[in-house]
Amino acid sequence: MTTTSLTRRRFASTLGALACMPALAAGGAAALPGDSVYQLRATLTDHHGRAFELASLRGAPVLVTMFYTSCEMVCPMLFETIRFTLDALPVAQRSGARVLMVSFDPARDTVPVLAQTARTRGCDERWTLARCDERTAREIAAALGLQYRRLDSGEFNHSSTIELLDADGRIAARTGRLGSVDPAFVKAIGQAGAKPA
Amino acid sequence: MKKAVLTIALAACAAAAAAADYVALPGGRFESVLPQGAVPARSTPVDVPAFALRATPVTLGEYLAFVQQHPLWQRERTPALFADRRYLIDWSAPTRLPAGASPASPVVNVSWFAARAFCESEDARLPTWLEWEYAAAADESRRDARSDPAWRRRVLAWYERPASALLPAVGGPPNAYGVRDLHGLVWEWVDDFNALFIAGDSRTQGDPDLLKFCGSGAINIIDRDSYAVLMRIALLSSLNAADSTGTLGFRCARPVQGFHP
Repeated sequence: MTTTSLTRRRFASTLGALACMPALAAGGAAALPGDSVYQLRATLTDHHGRAFELASLRGAPVLVTMFYTSCEMVCPMLFETIRFTLDALPVAQRSGARVLMVSFDPARDTVPVLAQTARTRGCDERWTLARCDERTAREIAAALGLQYRRLDSGEFNHSSTIELLDADGRIAARTGRLGSVDPAFVKAIGQAGAKPA
Repeated sequence: MKKAVLTIALAACAAAAAAADYVALPGGRFESVLPQGAVPARSTPVDVPAFALRATPVTLGEYLAFVQQHPLWQRERTPALFADRRYLIDWSAPTRLPAGASPASPVVNVSWFAARAFCESEDARLPTWLEWEYAAAADESRRDARSDPAWRRRVLAWYERPASALLPAVGGPPNAYGVRDLHGLVWEWVDDFNALFIAGDSRTQGDPDLLKFCGSGAINIIDRDSYAVLMRIALLSSLNAADSTGTLGFRCARPVQGFHP
């Protein structure tokens, strides 16, 4: 039994619970901390076309950042940096790591585009490339403390930090280093993973 | 007559206690102080689509009705992700207004998330920066008074006044669109506040921090004489979504389709 399938099952049951429970806290687990990003009611669609609630990621640390596919400068570096970071984790932690990349360009980043990006960037099952409506994207960015701005040309200016959410969705660390591994960030991922959810 | 229809529609979605007054603004070509094009230093006018804007900022009385109907937004119940400790800090109790304050004064000490939730409750949203700036460019008779030095001085004069503890009631003179209090009363949240990051060109030149932002780095300001508007941007760009401050309120916007005042 891999961690992946466990998470998937928890994910599915959370979705089920949400459908009949419009209240705040997701699932039946311990109360969500007030400053958890999972306090957001945000529905996204992954690069396989499956809908999921942001809060369904609760239970394991997640690296989160925002991007857009047609970006040619920093975004490829974001993917690369996260890959380097995952590779720098101790072997025992590597398979349990999770990555969520949220597009702020839903008009162009359709599910097929995200699927293609996942293939091009060599994203394995640990990665989720996701899209959501503009309103939700703005809200997720606000909760993560990320900034982005659409230019008239369709390009975006955006912050390029990577956030680490702990198992309960609190921002545990962030890094602005691109192109190489940030040792402090790798250490923080290990610490977040060691804490029980 | 049409107003009555709108009022009924609002009541139907169990919104604010009294229907808020929205003013329709025609769309137009507008040159923002923030560059909208790919070249950061060059001004490129953009089309602002028509929209409707609340005639006045949201008042204390309106916000009180909101937290009574949506207890989750009472200060002791709101998760920290959505509002910091200063949220409604000036209120006497979670459902009681600040001592001595008029219900007609603008609500302040509200976070971006809270402002957004309020607007949603009356089937609206926060205006974008561009919409706010577009509406705020008007004086009483002109839709774009920004090049008039006298108008600039008048607007700026407010920012020089020390903030008083108790804010006056909303309802200042209407501008050319019929919108009130865009200048002179409170600062206001916009929906895309986290799109307003600024860096002067001197700081980003060859700066390793440039990579904090993808693309052309950050925003340059085109019209450096618009101090009043620049201060707004500087404030908004310094805030986090959960922050609340004693001079920052909000108003809501709506699509203009099917709405003819």
